[in-house]
Amino acid sequence: MVTFNRTVATVACSIAVLFAGGLQASAQVKIGSVLSVTGPASFLGDPEKRTLEMYVDAINAQGGVKGQKVQLIVYDDGGDANNARTFATRLVEEDKIVAMIGGTTTGSTLAMIPVFEDTQIPFISLAGAIQIIEPVRKWVFKTPHTDKMACEKIFADLKRRNLTTIALISGTDAFGKSMRDQCVVVAPKSGMTIAYEESYGPRDSDMTPQLTNIRNKAGVQAVVNPGFGQGPAIVTRNYRQLGISAPLYQSHGVASKQFIELAGPAADGVRLPAAALLVADKLADGDPQKTVVVNYSRTYQGKTGQAVSTFGGHAYDGLMIFVQAVQRAQSADKAKVRDEIEKTKGYVGTGGIVNISPSDHMGLDLSAFRMLEIKNGDWTLISDAKS
Amino acid sequence: MAEFLQFFFSGLTVGAVYALVALGFTLIYNASDVINFAQGEFVMLGGMATVFLALTGVPLPLAALLAIVITAAIGLALHRFAIEPAHGASPVALIMITIGASVFLRGVAQIIFDKRFHSLPPIFGGEPFRLWGAAILPQGLVVMAGAAVIVLLLWQFVDRTMLGKAVIAIAANRLAARLVGIDTRRIVGLCFAISAAIGAVAGILVTPITLTSYDVGTLLALKGFAAAMLGGIGSGLGAVIGGLLLGMFETFSAGYISSKYKDAVAFLVILAVLFAMPQGVLGRGKIERV
Amino acid sequence: MRALLSHRLAGLAAIAAITVLLPPFFPSLYYYRVGALVFIFALAAVGLNLLMGFAGQVSLGHAGFLGIGGYAVAIAPTYLGLPSWTCIFGGALLSGLVAFLVGRPILRLKGHYLAVATLGFGVLVAIVLTNEAVWTGGPDGMSVPQLTLFTWRVRGSDTWYWIAAASFLLGATLALNLVDSPTGRALKAIHDSEVASSVLGVDVARQKLAIFVVSAVYASVAGSYLALFNGHITPDISGFLRSIELVAMVVLGGMGSVAGSLVGAAVLVVLPQILTALHDYEHMVLGLILMGFMIFLRQGIMPSLIAVVAGRRT
Repeated sequence: MVTFNRTVATVACSIAVLFAGGLQASAQVKIGSVLSVTGPASFLGDPEKRTLEMYVDAINAQGGVKGQKVQLIVYDDGGDANNARTFATRLVEEDKIVAMIGGTTTGSTLAMIPVFEDTQIPFISLAGAIQIIEPVRKWVFKTPHTDKMACEKIFADLKRRNLTTIALISGTDAFGKSMRDQCVVVAPKSGMTIAYEESYGPRDSDMTPQLTNIRNKAGVQAVVNPGFGQGPAIVTRNYRQLGISAPLYQSHGVASKQFIELAGPAADGVRLPAAALLVADKLADGDPQKTVVVNYSRTYQGKTGQAVSTFGGHAYDGLMIFVQAVQRAQSADKAKVRDEIEKTKGYVGTGGIVNISPSDHMGLDLSAFRMLEIKNGDWTLISDAKS
Repeated sequence: MAEFLQFFFSGLTVGAVYALVALGFTLIYNASDVINFAQGEFVMLGGMATVFLALTGVPLPLAALLAIVITAAIGLALHRFAIEPAHGASPVALIMITIGASVFLRGVAQIIFDKRFHSLPPIFGGEPFRLWGAAILPQGLVVMAGAAVIVLLLWQFVDRTMLGKAVIAIAANRLAARLVGIDTRRIVGLCFAISAAIGAVAGILVTPITLTSYDVGTLLALKGFAAAMLGGIGSGLGAVIGGLLLGMFETFSAGYISSKYKDAVAFLVILAVLFAMPQGVLGRGKIERV
Repeated sequence: MRALLSHRLAGLAAIAAITVLLPPFFPSLYYYRVGALVFIFALAAVGLNLLMGFAGQVSLGHAGFLGIGGYAVAIAPTYLGLPSWTCIFGGALLSGLVAFLVGRPILRLKGHYLAVATLGFGVLVAIVLTNEAVWTGGPDGMSVPQLTLFTWRVRGSDTWYWIAAASFLLGATLALNLVDSPTGRALKAIHDSEVASSVLGVDVARQKLAIFVVSAVYASVAGSYLALFNGHITPDISGFLRSIELVAMVVLGGMGSVAGSLVGAAVLVVLPQILTALHDYEHMVLGLILMGFMIFLRQGIMPSLIAVVAGRRT
């Protein structure tokens, strides 16, 4: 009888230990990421992936979040929205993630939103278009600046220089098109008149016909180029080649050193709105963002050997916002974490200072963009007071 | 007037690139009846290989030469390992093989190189000439001159050398050529290699203007093919004329009509040519034997 | 005759049995989704197989019809207020019409001219879908209203699994019937020799056009399903790479084999899911598959398998 009881007790204890051990092993915070690491948006997705992996490792090295290790599961959608949707389903159903930080392009983000809204999992998107957070969806947030803000920032600078009649030359890719649409909407409110528009395909190698037409249009005081990838570099070169003297504004889609390399001397004098990350070393010492961006810059450049990219910075911000939300919520419960993400206030990130609210699931305002001008092959900050 | 000239010169520059790609298509088509969709990847490889070799410290002219040699070798390999074994397959099967090769080469390039876009320094500097109000890049003239030189060299090769005569013989009737003792396999392989080299040269010459990345090949191949069809597939001069014409169509339609559908121009041209005059401007009509 | 009939039914019955027996083993909804995608693409592949495998034509732009079907169920309900299920038929009708109009001039071409013409068509559809943003939402695509059938909201990967499987089985049955009909025999004759078959009285142009239209309808329905399933559609549904994937499915599975279409679709949908760690190599592998099969195993998997099995029997 005693032996039997002891056996039962031993077995019960072993099961309990195993169970607890199992619980211990599964007590990980699983986050998922669907990124366009290959394909047309790989320029964006690659830095995002590296950043997430780098910083998840760093967080785990310091003990994880609330004592739990973070497990990051990354899938590559190749820039295809259908694949993105499949991987989103996989992350939710198979991998059982508690949060998603990803969605490199607007198209893949929009395709994945229904999955996360249905399963009630917080989704921090890394894509630019304003439709992602307008209308506000309960479970969807985003870290990059919207293209609407980019337009507003550019227009504000133009206004300061007394340039109100502009021409647009935009790429027909998703980024260019989305930003062009926003610029058209925002122009009247900012006192701008869009006198003329041209467009080019994202793979086009020569924009001289379009720019010639712009040059010949009387009254155009400045030109804005919504686009990303190699298009803006070619536009900039063609611009100088044709000898157009009106000021040229690029978008935050070209925010990388590579643009300057490719556009060469033609890039001098070009202005664009960009996150402080790009000019980390040039920020004033008292600038609230300086510490964060310098640290991220140095870490990213050190680990990858590549110049820092604002897209990687958005991934960093997404991860940190999530981690801080978990810490405030004291748990990895999806609903609690979502609520805490929505309460993020004063988070200093690479993209700006973030204040999320129930009506604003991005949390950045115009001050998050800095106006930069390219001089002698490098970025310089234009302070808001000067023109 | 100035804008017409600008469109004209831009069209010539772009057209010269298409002409070189079309020449590559034509050479392979004449030698083996294969439409080689991987032609665009040869252009990409020329540019990307040069960039990456230069990045490792190789001086630029040597990097360019090496890139051409490597690409020619890849062309040879394509023939030896993909086209020759499928000898006797239907034209459709052969097209799919070359499409497969193109996708494969693009996949490899993605891994070996990287996914960003790159440039090369222009040979004579980046300052454009101003001619009657239009701006022409020196590199544009280099591309046009390069195309002219290659056409000339090819013409001389075909006209004056035994190898060239062998190519013509194979193009006329493969079986007869073999019967007179021409090693068709070797010669066709050589044509693939030459075609790849032409593509690589085109890539190197044009990268200073158009930039390069691992996926520039697809669209270039399609446009080059449109140019070859327009000029008459099978005719070298037709390829050049087709390329220049296509470049003009694109530029003028973007300038005068609308730039939104600039890319569609090449495909509309393909369809129009195929429906209206399949043999193109200079090509010979095809007679189907029963 | 009875043997033939039973052979055909046996094949489809086997597929149906597998379809029904698998789900209890699905650990999660994710597997239903993969299964649904396999059947959706298999449906498009069956249509393309009729064109390529049986009639011996080629289409490198078939994804264009996927796009027409997909955007039909996105645009019409959104802007015209029509119910989604009628738009599936509407899209099929539109695709058939486009195929009829485009097919007449295109099918006069042969060999590589035909291939490139279809390629041009596919790319043009993709360009139009990308540029006409007012209707199509542009490169970011547009959302697709959910399918509702008399107040039943069709949603969920499991529901779509059954819908797609049933549709594939229906489509496969129709295709097999077509193959064994006078039209099917005419198509096989055309495949062998157009000149000979026209000498024998086959209206070659009309038959080719008919099968082109049929294959377009298959692709259109598949595209509509894809759009309704995902709730969102982007122009890259019509892209060149998508057309190549469809061709690869047909080539892989076996040109002229309906069951092969399912096998091809299964490989091309499931493989990227298995090899996620190797996603960088996906293009390389796709290219190798295309080349490898067209060089060495031109009949594809199913016919080769059948040949091996049949060889063993005798």
